[in-house]
Amino acid sequence: MSAAVRTFDLAESSRRKLNQALHDAADGESFEVVNPRGAHAVACGITADIDVVVRGSVGYYGAGMHQRGRVLIEGNASTGLAENIMSGEVRISGNATMSAGATGCGGLLVVGGNAGARCGISMKGVDIVVGGNVGHMSAFMAQAGNLVVCGDAAADLGDSIYEAQIFVRGEVESLGADCVRKEMRPEHVETVAGLLAAAGEAAHGADPGDFRRYGSARRLYNFTIDDVDAAQAAVRAEGGDRR
Amino acid sequence: MCGIVGLFCKTPTHRHELGRLTEVMLGEMGDRGPDSAGFAVYDADTPDRIRITVLAEGLSVDWGPVAADLEAALAAEVTVRAVHDHAVFSTDGDGRTARQWLIDNVAGATVLAYGSQIELYKAVGYPDQVAERYDLASRTGTHALAHTRMATESAITTAGSHPFATGADTCLVHNGSLSNHNRLRRFLEAHGESFQTENDSEVAAGYLSWRIRSGDTISEALEGALGDLDGFYTFAIGVADGFAILRDPIACKPAVVAETDDWVAMSSEYRAIARLPGALDAEVWEPEPARIYTWSLAA
Repeated sequence: MSAAVRTFDLAESSRRKLNQALHDAADGESFEVVNPRGAHAVACGITADIDVVVRGSVGYYGAGMHQRGRVLIEGNASTGLAENIMSGEVRISGNATMSAGATGCGGLLVVGGNAGARCGISMKGVDIVVGGNVGHMSAFMAQAGNLVVCGDAAADLGDSIYEAQIFVRGEVESLGADCVRKEMRPEHVETVAGLLAAAGEAAHGADPGDFRRYGSARRLYNFTIDDVDAAQAAVRAEGGDRR
Repeated sequence: MCGIVGLFCKTPTHRHELGRLTEVMLGEMGDRGPDSAGFAVYDADTPDRIRITVLAEGLSVDWGPVAADLEAALAAEVTVRAVHDHAVFSTDGDGRTARQWLIDNVAGATVLAYGSQIELYKAVGYPDQVAERYDLASRTGTHALAHTRMATESAITTAGSHPFATGADTCLVHNGSLSNHNRLRRFLEAHGESFQTENDSEVAAGYLSWRIRSGDTISEALEGALGDLDGFYTFAIGVADGFAILRDPIACKPAVVAETDDWVAMSSEYRAIARLPGALDAEVWEPEPARIYTWSLAA
């Protein structure tokens, strides 16, 4: 890693210049971003193995389309934090609002505070660790990867989930259609332990043994029209037509 | 999209710069909707009188004779001052009667608001231009709401711009769209509310006015709204002595709140709040779906 940290002050420099510099960076470089003041698309599209620290809160799509490098946001984030992350790490000390980690294909997203509605919607392989709570319809249509929630999950968790795994330590307000509680076997405890260790302080020392596992009942996703009655019955049984 | 902002001064510290701070917040939200903009400011400048803000876009109205006629209709003293294409009447007569009289008797005019504390301005155009034209920056007061619009459910007109206020000192800005507003408008008209546009958000304002006129608190009125309004919404609501926020149960439309000892600010996006004094030390959080938040000057 190079010794010099390049600093971008978004009160003076444009976000476009910042993102271009991040795209042009060589592996091992380090960057600091100050005065983000809720700007959209801060530190988006990184593909190099670099370190970026953002001192303050970001707007929409912070660290979106992320690959390889590590982004640490010291603040909160608006909609779409680390959207479509492919690899690498995105960490945020505060809260993230809607759709954190949406469609993420790989890598690690760590939210120190709470994540809002639809956290991990359509996730496709990303690992997400949330130190606090997640909002309603989190892991909606989640296909692969792990969502670890150290706090509580709001209504309709894992609605129409495929093969992603959800681990929740606190209360689950309700499960979405076709999402069920599953046995927590030793390999699952190991998975959670590894992700909590990767999350570091954000996990607040949570014990992997305290988590419950949720996943797909697999009653919806091999759908054929001949099964429509059974599928509707399954949705009703899971309370999925409540709203 | 639309952008909404609200600023509620809990203490007198920032009341002298309420308008300037609201203008900064509104300007930050400009790229969420450039079609039209508007703002409502609450102040205690003339607590014993009712002010009625009227829009006469594209009309050439001699307001003096209108004030004289209104004076006769109310049997109460009326003064008026013009602010570009808006006029602000002031009277010690009945506000609701004055509102209806102006709707019925000034052809082409729209009554934007009435109450002892509210003034409301709106126009087609970029939010910074609208704020400048009606001198938002010089306004003082306790709380303000503002809106910048991307028109979806009705045309780009000044009358279709936010905020909407149909009852005394009750005002609303809305990000979203309602799907049952036509039926609800007919219901409310049958219960004594009068509407001046085809806009869905005006119906939401009328709904709150009706509930409050029927004796509800703002919290009770919003509790009713959760059951009776169908659609997407993040609302910021002003009443004479308070400020409220409500999001629909799905909560697709964004909202962020920040609070310090001196103020509560609400916006579609954090970057509007980031410009406020003390924002870095504020408690920042996202309002939960279907939960009513209120702040009161009386508290």
